Amino acid sequence: MLSYVVRRVLMVIPVLFGMSLVVFFMIRAIPGNPAQVILGQKATKEAVAALTHKLGLDQPWYVQYVKYIGGLLHGDLGESIRTGAPIAEEIWPYLAATIELSLAAMLIAVIIGVNAGIISAWFQNSWFDYIAMVLALIGVSMPIFWLGLMEQWLFSIQLDWLPTSGREDVRNPIEPITHLYLVDTLLSGNTDQFWQVVQHLVLPSMALATIPMAIIARMTRSSMLEVMKSDYIRTARAKGLSMFWVVYKHSLKNAIIPVLTVIGLQTGLLLGGAILTETIFSWPGIGRYIYDAIGYRDYPVIQSGILIIATIFIFINLIVDLLYAIIDPRIKYN
Amino acid sequence: MGEKVLLEVHGLRTSFFTDDGEIPAVDGVDFFIREGEVLGIVGESGCGKSVTSLSIMGLLPKGIGKVVGGEILFKGENLVEASERRMKQIRGNEIAMIFQEPMTSLNPLFTIGNQLVEAIRIHTKIGKKEARARAAEMLKLVGLPRAAQLLDEYPHQLSGGMRQRVMIAMAMLCRPALLIADEPTTALDVTIQAQILALMKQLNQTFGTAVMMITHDLGVVAELCDRVIVMYAGQIVEEGSVRDIFRNPKHPYTIGLIRSIPDIRGKKERLYSIPGQVPKPGAIRRGCRFADRCEWVVDRCRHEDPLLYETSEQGHRARCFLALEREGLVDERAAARSERA
Ligand SMILES: Nc1ncnc2c1ncn2[C@@H]1O[C@H](COP(=O)(O)OP(=O)(O)OP(=O)(O)O)[C@@H](O)[C@H]1O
Ligand code: SF4
Ligand SMILES: [Mg+2]
Repeated sequence: MLSYVVRRVLMVIPVLFGMSLVVFFMIRAIPGNPAQVILGQKATKEAVAALTHKLGLDQPWYVQYVKYIGGLLHGDLGESIRTGAPIAEEIWPYLAATIELSLAAMLIAVIIGVNAGIISAWFQNSWFDYIAMVLALIGVSMPIFWLGLMEQWLFSIQLDWLPTSGREDVRNPIEPITHLYLVDTLLSGNTDQFWQVVQHLVLPSMALATIPMAIIARMTRSSMLEVMKSDYIRTARAKGLSMFWVVYKHSLKNAIIPVLTVIGLQTGLLLGGAILTETIFSWPGIGRYIYDAIGYRDYPVIQSGILIIATIFIFINLIVDLLYAIIDPRIKYN
Repeated sequence: MGEKVLLEVHGLRTSFFTDDGEIPAVDGVDFFIREGEVLGIVGESGCGKSVTSLSIMGLLPKGIGKVVGGEILFKGENLVEASERRMKQIRGNEIAMIFQEPMTSLNPLFTIGNQLVEAIRIHTKIGKKEARARAAEMLKLVGLPRAAQLLDEYPHQLSGGMRQRVMIAMAMLCRPALLIADEPTTALDVTIQAQILALMKQLNQTFGTAVMMITHDLGVVAELCDRVIVMYAGQIVEEGSVRDIFRNPKHPYTIGLIRSIPDIRGKKERLYSIPGQVPKPGAIRRGCRFADRCEWVVDRCRHEDPLLYETSEQGHRARCFLALEREGLVDERAAARSERA
């Protein structure tokens, strides 16, 4: 087990290198001199040359790459052209906002999606199954921006139950510690603010949860149906085990394996920053941060933002693989 | 072997309801098993052997398979009408079952110990430690070495023969009165087969557990069973003691099955097999279901349904007009034919 974990973790290193190389060249493949683009057509030759030099773009690419990697290894992501601040510091609040929202959305999606899939499979062809699967079908093809707007209209404007947008009540701002507000309000012991944060999370996380929830429910159902046909499930029944335990112990552990892949993929997609949802709900997340950087041609920010999102993707993949190994004893031996 | 009847099946009819309509897989089956007895159920693939056993266990595929008639009396209690709650108490505790595929019959994601302990603790209120000790003891009893270690191993670390021993151990944990074994040796190679059969015989004698041994191999029957039932197309076509059935088979299907037993010594003879195939359930509505494959078919066979007739030997019954009319003649004919051949 341990050797598998070590091997799997070490495998991440070349992947990270490869990815950094791809991102590096991707940014440099954008046509035109970035300094020129940033400064505009009317800029003087001297100004462009100065900025080119400042960005290090006058050096050969391998020198640039080594510097860039060297910086990364020290946790240095460069500086934002727009603000002049170190990106490594500037980016965290945005990333934290996205992490909080994505994890809340995935929690909802997994709890409801997995259980709906299980019950649909258990009571195949029942009214529950039909309704859940019709909803899931609608869910996967739901335009999320529209759903978000409808949520706001119903729950905020008409019913006035929940705030329309943002992460916090501006009249009662939160003192950031980790920038994960659920954690921060708990750390400072302010339960009022904690509930405010929860209320702000409800609508955007429900909107974001919709598609993953629908995909997870469908995947869980089909995987469960497959597993429940297997011989070892018949054995479990023949022992006198109740359907509840047959389903939630013997079937689920086997059926969840392919679902984990989907959960990992969907988490990665959400963490990549759901720009549309973040925009509708004025959520100050990483998606908005990068989007704004694109508008300003802030190349170092774009580069670092993409790098971080890709890194998160790779690590989620790693976690999923390690979970496989924990769940399935057969993996360690081959 | 006691004289008391443990299980009595009367007029059992089990159907599958599919898009093609009702499939009568088991069509009026009567038999009984005495306490401590080993009953063999033989017949080719698709005769309804597994469906009969799943009907007894109440494990027919939900929503598709259903007992549509008859009763299954276990210690006098009709299992067809028993609640699911009651069936859960019986399964694994009073009636246990093992299956054909040892490679896939254990859950790959749980240790052997976990699956054995679970089987005990469903039915017995004892602690985990005690259950583990009992599980280890049972593993030893079924001839598995290093039982304590095995408890912490996963099914994929064991060979097919070992897994089938684990399945048998699991089935015997609660000392069931009846063990249903659905072709437990079919998937194993010959030497392992013999070992598993010897083990089952031994457990039957030590614990007095009655065994319902489903097989398509009459060799297994000869080895292990006291009585035998021959099934064909969802019905019983012959029933009797192993001795009577081998010495004096009455039904042409049984005769065919006996002729197709491979001779262990003789390598020269080509293996006999009954020509044709088992008809699909419900395909034959009138007359003897074996008629299309029978060498002795007469007109009457095609128009009238033969019943399970008593013969001169006690407890020996056969579903054949020929057996009814010409008691004792069947053998001579068969002998005459094989001489000519
Ligand atoms: N799930 C099912 N759905 C529809 N029909 C079925 C199903 N299971 C069994 N049957 C029908 O029941 C008949 C008897 O099947 P059964 O499994 O009892 O045969 P068997 O005697 O055990 O054969 P084998 O030696 O192959 O195990 C089959 O011919 C098939 O038509
Ligand atoms: S009843 Fe007729 S067809 Fe059927 S087995 Fe007997 S002789 Fe053959
Ligand atoms: Mg079968």
